[in-house]
Amino acid sequence: MTAHEPKPKVAVVTFPGSNDDKDAALALAQLGAEVVPVWHAEEALPDVGAVVLPGGFSYGDYLRAGALALIAPVMTSVRAFADEGGLVLGICNGFQVLCEAGLLPGVLRPNRSLTFVCRDTPLTVERTDTPFTSRCRPAQQLTIPVKHGEGCYFVDEELLAELEASDQVVLRYEGDSPNGSVARIAGVVNVDANVLGLLPHPLHAVDPVTGSSHGAFVLGSLVDAALHAVAQPASV
Amino acid sequence: MKATVLVRPKPGILDPQGEAVQGSLQQLGFAVDAARVGRVVDLELRDADRGEARAKLERMCEQLLANPLIESYEIQLVEDG
Repeated sequence: MTAHEPKPKVAVVTFPGSNDDKDAALALAQLGAEVVPVWHAEEALPDVGAVVLPGGFSYGDYLRAGALALIAPVMTSVRAFADEGGLVLGICNGFQVLCEAGLLPGVLRPNRSLTFVCRDTPLTVERTDTPFTSRCRPAQQLTIPVKHGEGCYFVDEELLAELEASDQVVLRYEGDSPNGSVARIAGVVNVDANVLGLLPHPLHAVDPVTGSSHGAFVLGSLVDAALHAVAQPASV
Repeated sequence: MKATVLVRPKPGILDPQGEAVQGSLQQLGFAVDAARVGRVVDLELRDADRGEARAKLERMCEQLLANPLIESYEIQLVEDG
């Protein structure tokens, strides 16, 4: 019967300088998604259940990491897709892009240490009622690698209070944050929880051969949700 | 018309780059109590009208050149005949 089951379609956007697009596609495919590659210059998104903005160095990280992706033609469609409730996941540079594009609150700044960090990082799941964490248990600890130079999440005190009050923090670093993020924030959603940005790379942790397969809890949740999103005729 | 936009980390915003620069200058023997590192963007505009140019530069800063959460900006217009 599996041959007849619909596969959720997930778009993976490639900007000039993205370097995790292939890994994201592999991980999503391994978790049962049909991946649709989308080039940044495309104006329309294909009919998909979710969009992933992968890691890398879009537009060379010029000006500020993620800032120049604002002008990518595809971002107009990504914004419209998100506004209609479409599922959008930004990983690392994808998170930076979503913040700079105003789809998520806050901004990612150079690491407090000014050094690039690349290591497995323990995380705590703060919410399981999102399309990105439905496979997780409440307060579950995940080990997922980070690799970034500009991952210091910043919001001012007022905005932080708003984020905490509306439960928008989905993932937090366990113990010391690797980058100096406020409130050890590793991943945040928008108010409607259909857009998530996170610094750690779940795509690098879906196969035990890489040391941890905890990334599958996040990406697998997204694949589940993308299937339901496609099943709804309203998501045209 | 030429313009220069200065983008700075806002007061109160931690600036690890500035701290590193200050520390390095101290090591070189300079008595420096603080350093903040920002960005300079030099622009050549087609506009001839100063008011219009300034209004456009404001929009450029708000939309792209500065991130208002963490950065302030200063616009300097330079007449070039």
